[in-house]
Amino acid sequence: MVDNSELDDLPGTTVFTAERSRQGFPLNQMCMSLMAAANRERFHADERAYLDEWPMSQEQKQAVLDRDFQRMLDLGGNVYFLSKIFASDGLSYVQAVSTMTGMTVEEYQAMMLAGGRSPDGWRSKSERA
Amino acid sequence: MARITAGLATSHVPAIGMAIDLGKTQDAYWQPLFAGYEWTRSWADAAPPDVVILVYNDHASAFDLTMIPTFALGTAASFQPCDEGYGPRPVPVVQGHPELAAHLAQSLILDEFDLTLMNQLDVDHGLTVPLSLVYGQPEAWPTKVIPLAVNVVQYPPPTGNRCFNLGKAIRRAVASYPEDLSVQVWGTGGMSHQIQGARAGLINQEWDNRFLDAIVSDPAAVAAIPHIEYLREAGSEGVEMVMWLIMRGALSDDVEALHRFYHVPASNTAVGHLVLQPQP
Repeated sequence: MVDNSELDDLPGTTVFTAERSRQGFPLNQMCMSLMAAANRERFHADERAYLDEWPMSQEQKQAVLDRDFQRMLDLGGNVYFLSKIFASDGLSYVQAVSTMTGMTVEEYQAMMLAGGRSPDGWRSKSERA
Repeated sequence: MARITAGLATSHVPAIGMAIDLGKTQDAYWQPLFAGYEWTRSWADAAPPDVVILVYNDHASAFDLTMIPTFALGTAASFQPCDEGYGPRPVPVVQGHPELAAHLAQSLILDEFDLTLMNQLDVDHGLTVPLSLVYGQPEAWPTKVIPLAVNVVQYPPPTGNRCFNLGKAIRRAVASYPEDLSVQVWGTGGMSHQIQGARAGLINQEWDNRFLDAIVSDPAAVAAIPHIEYLREAGSEGVEMVMWLIMRGALSDDVEALHRFYHVPASNTAVGHLVLQPQP
């Protein structure tokens, strides 16, 4: 039995384990398809129809339509795969990643310019509590 | 005989590649970062090696989730830059060294490292950004490159100790290649960063600088760091730093640090950079 208690103790962090990889397989494979320009065009022309070509769950499809990246992570997405979605939308990592933090893009960029998020208080859920 | 003449470590952020491709390296945001590579650019231009063994991670580009090799060696004659969702980077095709790659494959596998061999491999920013940082925007890359892709995307990546020992095996393999070749080993990716979840943006400058100290002077101690410590202290993507240990293992026990640079931020991450020379 896999013991992921240490990984699950990391606050605000979704570690992409083999179990999550299996759960997110159709979502992440759909993301891979967006590496081809022709597929990006079809996706943007009719996102719902494009997603219906994949054996994704309704929750996964809705999260993509909503561009809810935290929800996509919860449903087995991995940020390197999800990057194909936001890259095809013309967004940078900073713009997309900041949406998972409860900060505006400007607040997030200001935090990075000031040296980033301090690890203090973020090492474990118990430290955070 | 082939010999390892230097080791180099650097982060490999996609935004750095875009800054180079779009001519923004002297913008206020980017200038301090590129200034940290000027020493390296002069050093690299003076004497390009015959071959770079470039340790990097693929970012869901060549490898989808149908299969996830822990270590994959590029044995092809050339490697195309791939489209990561915004078109391929305008960089030269990467030329391989199939003869040395075949020798490495044979030596390393018989040395009990179970590599996946790639006769076709498209390379993403993880490999091309380090080349751009060191060599700029040439018509053709001045050195041949053997890609060595490491899984640091799906947990668990290989341990630091496994990576360190693979580096040592690379040192033995290169030393047994009969042709007189100058070979460098580059470890790329890394320094603290997290690019997902509510903790995104984590930067731990103190931890990063201790890592930069120790990988030069006490790499065996670095090799003993468990994954959970990288994840806690350096962020979920900070675990990429295990790839630097392959570079370090490939060098002699004693090394001289020729150049060191550290900068925050590049996009979401801390940037670390080392140039190391083996000591006889």
